[in-house]
Amino acid sequence: MAAPEGIPRLLAGLNGDGRALSLDEHVNQWGPPPASMSASFIDELDRSGLRGHGGAWFPVGAKWRSVRRSITKRPIIVANGAEGEPASGKDRLLVHQLPHLVLDGAVMAAGALGASRVIVHVPGSAIPTVESSIEERRRFGVDSVDIEVVEAPDRFLAGQESAAVNTINNRNSARPSFTGLTTVRDSGVGGRPTLVQNVESLAHVALIARFGADWFRREGTPESPGTALLTVTGRWAEPQIIEIPLGIPLGHALGLRQEDARGIQGVLLGGYGGGWLTAAAALDMPLTEDAARQYGSSIGAGVVALLPSGICPLSEVSRVVTYLEGQGAGQCGPCVNGLAGLDLVMEKLAFRPSSLHGGVSTIPGLCDLVEGRGACRHPDGVARFIRSALRVFADHVELHLSRGACRGNTAPMLPVPTRPQSSQSSPLRPVVR
Amino acid sequence: MKRTALTLIVDPIACDGHGVCAELLPERIRLDRWGFPIIEAGGIPVKLVDHARRAAESCPRLALSLVERPL
Repeated sequence: MAAPEGIPRLLAGLNGDGRALSLDEHVNQWGPPPASMSASFIDELDRSGLRGHGGAWFPVGAKWRSVRRSITKRPIIVANGAEGEPASGKDRLLVHQLPHLVLDGAVMAAGALGASRVIVHVPGSAIPTVESSIEERRRFGVDSVDIEVVEAPDRFLAGQESAAVNTINNRNSARPSFTGLTTVRDSGVGGRPTLVQNVESLAHVALIARFGADWFRREGTPESPGTALLTVTGRWAEPQIIEIPLGIPLGHALGLRQEDARGIQGVLLGGYGGGWLTAAAALDMPLTEDAARQYGSSIGAGVVALLPSGICPLSEVSRVVTYLEGQGAGQCGPCVNGLAGLDLVMEKLAFRPSSLHGGVSTIPGLCDLVEGRGACRHPDGVARFIRSALRVFADHVELHLSRGACRGNTAPMLPVPTRPQSSQSSPLRPVVR
Repeated sequence: MKRTALTLIVDPIACDGHGVCAELLPERIRLDRWGFPIIEAGGIPVKLVDHARRAAESCPRLALSLVERPL
């Protein structure tokens, strides 16, 4: 089959009616997957320059190699579609509508790493689709590995690498482990070396295996090759998922010009663990993880949210921080205490700034106290979200401190799940002093 | 040759802020406002290695480890 051209790539397979692509349709779209996979495919992944789209942007080839290193046990492959980030929808789109692309990638990982077990970790809503896709493959004898499905709980941290492994191991569900001494790559599911790979990354793998690294590099830039899925909120009437070549300016990706920046108070990039940018900076910024980090943000899992004028940014930030505080695993003292403190000061700043003695001067110190001090990066993400908000909305902060909170309630813009999640609450919450 | 250094790392899940470590190794460890240890980044100097080992061994939660890490 001739290599497909242009963009979209992953989304070219969508059939338009929201239904999952059948195995037949999938093979018609992309051709059959390579008959066998060997470890040399990891070199091809290196050449492709593919990096992980789950949020960390770690080079995929290097990750696979580090799992393969521990060769005395058969590794386990986890296709991770947990997507705990409320403002992200691209992983759900993939598992609901392009499940075979994800499953192909996971099975290829199993072939290249010598695994015989693949676990698909997805929210409950996706399980029927994924299971019937697996059944289709079984019927046609497509795969030589076992594929199972494990439900990802509806928690912000469900997709965190070690948290996903804990869920699968039926232990401390959706809570991260301390991985400073050993990681899941050494000892994960059932104590075996485990590759936890985001479903979008696996979908890209499925295409690289068919059309090669050089084809993959035809889009994007030499440093950041390929395409990425973005979930965009605040640009159109409804949130939308788009596929863009990496490296193009965000404004170009969204069809916005520099003069459109005036109507946008700020741009959140990378989701609730990402960072705020001024609209002027964001629209010019090339969409690569390296550029985003230089701007104090991250592409993360591809979340872009535009905050229009007329909404109090500090109340949006406070609502999100309250949500993030509640979504902590409750395991690490500095995170439990620090996030509670940050939630309180951000709530005061948004709604009753006169009670905020000392203004915002205490906030950076509180951020310092949580950064790098959790078992996972959750506190670091919250700190980045808050620090960048204070920077981008500095004028609005001054307004609150001098004139008081904004009056009137605008409809909340950033999505925050409101469903009580008491059944998930931690029995292990440590004593807070 | 790869250079390494002995480094202290804390498992923040296991740590309950007992504070023994800061008592035994105040040169490298202080406590935050909630009683949890803040460990100075970087390798442990030779003259403090015995103290660091004692601090790690004395943690009632076994949350502190002295490990060899690349510089």
